[in-house]
Amino acid sequence: MSRRLTIGPFNRVEGDLEVTLDIADGRVESAQVCSSLYRGFEQILIAKHPLDALVIVPRICGICSLSQSAAAAAALADATGLPMPANGRLASKLILACENLADHLTHFYLFFMPDFARAAYRGRAWHALAERRFQADVGEALREVLPARADWLRLMGYLAGKWPHSLALQPGGTTRAITATEKVRLLTVLREFRAFLSSRVFGDTLENVGALHRADQLSAWAQGRAGDFPRFLDIAADLGLERIGRASDTFLSYGAYAQQGGAGRQDDHREHLFARGVWRDGVLAFDEALISEDVAHAWLFGEQPVHPREGETRPLIAEFADQPDAYTWCKAPRYGSRVAETGALARQMVDGHPLLRALVAANGGSVLARVVARLFEIALVVPAMEGWVRALTPGEPFCHQWQLPDQASAVGLVEAARGALGHWLHIERGRIARYQIIAPTTWNFSPRDAGGVPGALEQALVGLPVGEDESVPLAVQHVVRSFDPCMVCTVH
Amino acid sequence: MKVLWLQAAGCGGCTQSLLGAENRAGVLAQLADAGVDLLLHPALSEASGKDALDLLHAAASGALPFDILCVEGALLRGPNGSGRFQILSGSGRPVIDWVRELAARARQVIAIGSCSAFGGIISSGENRTDACGLQFDGDQAGGLLGPDFRAAAGLPVINVAGCPVHPGWVVDTLLALALALGAFAESDLDAWQRPRSYTEQLVHHGCPRNEYYEFKASAEKLSDLGCLMENMGCKGTQASADCNLRPWNGVGSCVRGGFACISCTEPGFEEPGHPFMETAKVAGIPTGLPIDMPKAWFVALAALSKSATPRRVRENSRSDHPVILPGTRKGGPK
Repeated sequence: MSRRLTIGPFNRVEGDLEVTLDIADGRVESAQVCSSLYRGFEQILIAKHPLDALVIVPRICGICSLSQSAAAAAALADATGLPMPANGRLASKLILACENLADHLTHFYLFFMPDFARAAYRGRAWHALAERRFQADVGEALREVLPARADWLRLMGYLAGKWPHSLALQPGGTTRAITATEKVRLLTVLREFRAFLSSRVFGDTLENVGALHRADQLSAWAQGRAGDFPRFLDIAADLGLERIGRASDTFLSYGAYAQQGGAGRQDDHREHLFARGVWRDGVLAFDEALISEDVAHAWLFGEQPVHPREGETRPLIAEFADQPDAYTWCKAPRYGSRVAETGALARQMVDGHPLLRALVAANGGSVLARVVARLFEIALVVPAMEGWVRALTPGEPFCHQWQLPDQASAVGLVEAARGALGHWLHIERGRIARYQIIAPTTWNFSPRDAGGVPGALEQALVGLPVGEDESVPLAVQHVVRSFDPCMVCTVH
Repeated sequence: MKVLWLQAAGCGGCTQSLLGAENRAGVLAQLADAGVDLLLHPALSEASGKDALDLLHAAASGALPFDILCVEGALLRGPNGSGRFQILSGSGRPVIDWVRELAARARQVIAIGSCSAFGGIISSGENRTDACGLQFDGDQAGGLLGPDFRAAAGLPVINVAGCPVHPGWVVDTLLALALALGAFAESDLDAWQRPRSYTEQLVHHGCPRNEYYEFKASAEKLSDLGCLMENMGCKGTQASADCNLRPWNGVGSCVRGGFACISCTEPGFEEPGHPFMETAKVAGIPTGLPIDMPKAWFVALAALSKSATPRRVRENSRSDHPVILPGTRKGGPK
C-alpha cells in the first residue's frame, strides 16, 4: 500500500519547514523537503553600503545571528586584506562560541528531547523520566536550562552588548574592549556554566567526556549515570537511533574558531580549533572553488549550477507553473557535484574525534552521531574558551581600523552551530553589487539537483518506518531534528 | 490566558531573546505561573504537523477560544497580493490569511518585534516581498489588518517593537494582560501603539557614555569610548526604549557593546538614508539631533561643551580603555 503524507507545520525547528513523504509498505520511499518562506535578503543587500551588511545579515536568523555577523565580517575583512589584533580575534571566537554552544543547548532541551516525552512512547522503561524531565514547555529540565542559558548569554552582554543582533563583530575586530575586571567576570560565567554542564548535562567533568574515544566506552560510561546526556544515550540505545538518519556520509567543515584569518580560500587546515576540510572515507583538502548551487527544483530563476561568486537569487513570481519540478525556495548546493552534510558531526569527522569517527564507521551519519557530536562539542569548546579568556590582554587593541576598497570580491567562511556558513560578497563603486549566502541548512535540507539527486535530509528519510495511522511519524521527527535545522537561514 | 503564537516572516530572534529573560526558574515557568498558557508556539510546543494544524483550524473557526494572538515576523503580501512568499507549512494557505482569520478571533493581538509591528528589516530596499506590519506599513497606519482594526477586547494591535525585543518588554506586556485582563487601556500605548512601559524612556537615558555626550567628546573610530552620536551613527537621543536602564543579557546594551543605537524600536529604522554606522551630517552638524532639542541650541551647546572638555574626557574618548583616570581630591568630594 502506498500513500503520500505531508507534514507541516514542522514545529521545534527554527523557521518554516514542510516535509512530504511517499510511503510504500510502511517505509518512506522518497522524501521532498520544502522551505516555504522567501524573504529575499540577498536582494535587500544589493546597493547598500558594504558595512550595512553587518546590520542586515544577523537579522536573517535570530538563532544564528552572530554567526551571520561573523561570516559578513570575515568577508569584509577578506575584501580589505585586514589582519585582526589578537584581542579582537579572541573576543570574536568567544562570541561565536557562546552562540554556538547556546544553540546546541537550546536544540537538545527545547527542540530535540521533547519528542521522547510523547504519549506514543508510553510503556518504554524511560518514558516517565523523559516526560518529567523533557516535556515541551513544562519539563523540569527547562527550569534549570533556561536560567543557565540566560547566565551563559551574559558573555554576550559583556563582549557583544546583546544577543541576538549585535554590531560588535567587525572586520577589524570587536567594538568592546574588555577590562581586567571583566576578564574575571567572563571566567566566572564560564565556571558557572561548566558546573551546570557537569552536574546536569553530563554527570561528569567535561574533560572525562571529551576523552571517551570508543563506542563501547561511551555506553559503559553512560550506564546508570545521572545526567541528561547519558539519559539520552539510554533512550537512543533502546530506540536504535544509531541506525536511522544516514545521509550522504560526505561531511563538510569550513573550520571552526580560526586562530587567524578566517576568510581565506586556501586550506589553512591548522589554523582552526576544529579543522577545515571534507570527509569522504578519509579527510580531503577543502577547495572553495568546488562549491556550486543549482536551482532546478527551486522557485528561482537560473540555468546551470553556478559558483556562489556568480550566483543570483531571483524568485519566480507569477511563473510558479514555469518550473513544475520546483517544490522549495531552497537552492541545492553541491561540493564537487556531491551532496554534503554539515554541522557538529561534520566538524568532528573532519577534525578527527575518535569517538565520532567510530560511530560513523559503524553505522554512517545517524541521529545518535549528530546528537553526540553536538554534546561533545560543548564539552570540548568550553575549556578552549577558558583559554581564550585568559589570553585576552586588557589595554591592547581589540579593533583595527581600515579603508574599504571601492571594488572587491571576497568570501567569508565560518562554522555556525549548524555547520558551514559562507558569504560571497562583491563590492563595486563602494556599494554591494552582489551578495550570496549558503547557510548550513541549505546544505542539509537541499532539494534535488538537476541530476535528480536528493539532498542530505531527503536521503536520510528514505527507509524510515511509518505506521499506518501515524500522521507525524516519530522516526521522521527524530531524523529531521537531528540536523538541528535552521530554516530561516536556509532560504534567507 | 490562552496564547497562540505565530511566526510570520521573521528571524525567530524575538523568541530567542525572550527565552533569555532573567528569571530564577526561566521565562516559561514565569509565564506559566502567571497563568499564561502557550497553546501553540512554533519553537516550543510538542504539537507538530497535523496536531498543530488541527489546533490552528480549531482556533480559526472559533471552536477553540483563545485570548492572545502573538505574531512574530513581517507579513508578506507578495507576490502580487497573493501572500505566496510564505505559505503556512502543511496548510497550503498563505500565512497572511491565517493571521487575518486568527486576529478576528483574538481578544488581543500583539506584534512581537519591529517586523510584525511595522514591517522591519525585510521591508527595506525595494520591498519586493511587499512586507508590512500588522497595523502599520512603516510609519503609515494600515498594514495587514488596516488602520481601523480592533481586537475583541477593543484595543488596536499592541506593538512590542524592537529588533529584537528585550525579553522584559514581552514579559511585562503579557503579565500586564494576564494578571489584570482588561486593565490594559489604549492610553497605555504611545503614538506607535507601543506599550509606554518601555517607550517613556529614551535609549539615551542611562547611557554609560553620558560624560562624553555632555562634553561632545566623540568616538572617532570603532571601539573608542567616546560618545557615538557625532560620528558613529548613534540614535540613542532619538529612540524610545529603556535599553540603558534595563540591561540586555544581564549587563549589556548596544552602546555598552561599543556600537550605535540604530533605533530599532522605531518604524522605518531599516532605511536610515545613510550608512548605519555613520552619522548623517549637513555642514558638519548631525541631521538627527536629540529629540525635543532646537538645532540652534544644540549647535551652541556643542560649541561650548567642546571648548570646555577636560583633557581626561577628550583623551579617553579616543581610546578603547581609559588612559587618564579621574583626579582625586584631598578631603573627599565636597
